[in-house]
Amino acid sequence: MKGSFRDVQGVRVLDLSGKITIGAGDVELRRLVEEALAAGKTNILVNLKDVTHIDSSGIGELVACFTTVKRRGRSMKLVNLPPKINDILQVTQLITVFDVFDNEAEALQSFQA
Amino acid sequence: MRRAGGQGVAAQALKAKKKVAANVVNFLRMTVEAKISIFSAYENIELAEKMLFEVARAKVNEEDLYWAAMALREALANAIKHGNKLNPEKRVFVTIQLEEGQELRMIVEDEGEGFDPGRLSDPRSPENLLKDSGRGVFYIRHFMDEVSFDRSASGGTKVELRKKLARRSA
Repeated sequence: MKGSFRDVQGVRVLDLSGKITIGAGDVELRRLVEEALAAGKTNILVNLKDVTHIDSSGIGELVACFTTVKRRGRSMKLVNLPPKINDILQVTQLITVFDVFDNEAEALQSFQA
Repeated sequence: MRRAGGQGVAAQALKAKKKVAANVVNFLRMTVEAKISIFSAYENIELAEKMLFEVARAKVNEEDLYWAAMALREALANAIKHGNKLNPEKRVFVTIQLEEGQELRMIVEDEGEGFDPGRLSDPRSPENLLKDSGRGVFYIRHFMDEVSFDRSASGGTKVELRKKLARRSA
């Protein structure tokens, strides 16, 4: 997996691409979220647009990041889910747990509310 | 003079025999098998996945192959992590069998202590929904048509995954 970040309207946007899978992608995701928290970011938006695969470890890491962020009174949302990634979250009913947006503008807007 | 009826029965029997033989030959011609053994490191999952792609590319539709590969990755991750407990000296044995237009079978065996799939809980239940693990086997069952667990030769876990394939038009 490749990951980079942007700060847009006070929101830390994590742009992920490739495979969020055991041993590599999951570790990188955690690192990016921990970095955002350490930088004092309150709002994190995970952009999954170019993610091709996510396995149960990647999903587990996504959930772990979500609960960590929430426990600290901060907020993490998801945007641009490719259909297969959406299916994977749907099957385990995690789609109901996350705040999911179809486009970045809407997602960024939601943090201002 | 032989009766026409008798000849008909013999001819039919011969025809049936030929058909069985042709089916066996056909089965062998249409079936591909590949095996690989990997040491217990996550990066080796890619090797086994590559083998699946080599066997199945152009013979299995993209959608089926995507989900089969995801199931294989989950089974390998389980074998490496929970079966072999990340012991780099222990191996995971992978067999891929493709019967073109019929079925894709993947068998993953580890050298661990074995496990009881009956002890797995539903990752969708409210008390499990926010757990950071426990979804692998659930996903495998969702991605494949048939999943069975058994003991491997060494006493570890042997999981067999099957996916029915759509007959491809020539």
